[in-house]
Amino acid sequence: MSISALPKRWAKLHAHAAISSLGRLRRQWLGSIMTAAAIGIALALPAAFVVAMDNLESALDGWQGAPRASVFLDTGTEAAQYPDIAERIRALDGIRGVRLITPDQALTEYRQSSGVSDPLALLDSNPLPAVVLAELSGGLAPGAVDRLADRLRALPAVDDLRLDRDWMARLAAIIELGNRATALVALLLGLTVILVLFNTLRLDIENHRREIEITRLIGGTNAFIRRPFLYTGVWYGLAGGLIAGGLLAIAVAFVADPAQRLASLYGSGFRPAGAGLTGTLTLIGAGGLLGLSGAWLAVGRHLSAIEPP
Amino acid sequence: MIRLEGVGKRYPGGNEPLRGLDVHVERGELVFITGASGAGKSTLLRLIPRLERPSRGQVLVDGADLARLPRRRIPYLRRRIGMTFQDHRLLHDRTLFDNVALPLVIEGRPHTDIRRRVQAALDKVGLLAQSRAYPVTLSGGEQQRVGIARAIVTRPPILLADEPTGNLDPALSLEIMQLFEQFNQVGVTTVIASHDQPLIDALGHRQIHLSEGRAA
Repeated sequence: MSISALPKRWAKLHAHAAISSLGRLRRQWLGSIMTAAAIGIALALPAAFVVAMDNLESALDGWQGAPRASVFLDTGTEAAQYPDIAERIRALDGIRGVRLITPDQALTEYRQSSGVSDPLALLDSNPLPAVVLAELSGGLAPGAVDRLADRLRALPAVDDLRLDRDWMARLAAIIELGNRATALVALLLGLTVILVLFNTLRLDIENHRREIEITRLIGGTNAFIRRPFLYTGVWYGLAGGLIAGGLLAIAVAFVADPAQRLASLYGSGFRPAGAGLTGTLTLIGAGGLLGLSGAWLAVGRHLSAIEPP
Repeated sequence: MIRLEGVGKRYPGGNEPLRGLDVHVERGELVFITGASGAGKSTLLRLIPRLERPSRGQVLVDGADLARLPRRRIPYLRRRIGMTFQDHRLLHDRTLFDNVALPLVIEGRPHTDIRRRVQAALDKVGLLAQSRAYPVTLSGGEQQRVGIARAIVTRPPILLADEPTGNLDPALSLEIMQLFEQFNQVGVTTVIASHDQPLIDALGHRQIHLSEGRAA
């Protein structure tokens, strides 16, 4: 055998293993499809989490640029003083603009957006305070925002202050939590994929015991015997990834309309995106890799035990 | 070509088929291993492609000490030894063609090469017309011949046969033995384990008689 023939021979052995393993899968197509579907569902779940988190983050992106402060005035403040107070807030350093919401306006907005009018109608007077919405200049350092907040609180007639930043921080914490949960789910379900393949290939190896024995008998190397099983694992993984990609696309299409409506209620033109081409290819690739790992474990554990009788 | 020196084989449980066996088979020789059932004929053959390891003693094949052969080299040793079995060891879900092609597939040979060699091997054992058939549709003698075709398809320098005429009638047995003689005539070192004493005597090759784990 010449050296130059070696890569060709190696490629031929791989092609043989790849094709013969596909043939095996085709012969028991129902079982193969069921295994691939189980892997697909196990992959689709963490992928859905990832896509959901990505969408959440991109939906919130637009808000992070312009922090706002809601300045609540004392309920006892005279209506005539509102413009004056708003003007003093506008005059502060780091404030780009203000908008006054009088108690009456607040009540009207509340009724419109909540659809609940009766409970408030029972009250003698309007319990809502006047609010000055202050838009902060972009790019303020956290320390500068804190100092500005202190100065706003120090103003007369200011009762309370809520910085958007507070709930942005809460949101960031929620997103961090969501990301951790996603990682955990991905880890567990990735493990599930490996276990499913480990077991499937264990049975597959057992079903081919006689063939393995005879192949060893006539001089088949371990690599030759191992190869079709490794390819089987990879095929299962890739098929599972493909199924997961399909499930994900269906799921995204299914929730896109309600999600868009929800976003529009918050005044956002956001529409959820799917995994995209890169995401789907990553999913399929991850499936293939997990398939290979599961197959490798099963093969390492079970093939060496089979020797010709 | 094949040399066994002081070979003993003892299985866990106490069964000891070989007890200090010395055998030497020259290159290009045809040798019959005879002896009663359980005399160690199969064990002797299985030591040569290292399907078994001796408990003591030395096995040399073509000058190489098998005890020193690393595990990963064993497949390459087996590729140089064609072996047939009393129970044929064929794959029942594969056609004759695919069964005979297996040793060539393992080596990663090109398709055209495989086709040519498999057809030649099947032709040699007289089963070319049935190359698309499955082993179960064949008689015992025909299955034995498929096994022989598989053993010689790579043209190995050594051919081992374990009871190749096991359940065959005398005419078929003679046919099979003549097949082995033909391979031997083109230089293949051939070792045949058989208890068909009248047939072996009629063929007139060297015999190694095993008795109580030794060559008598």
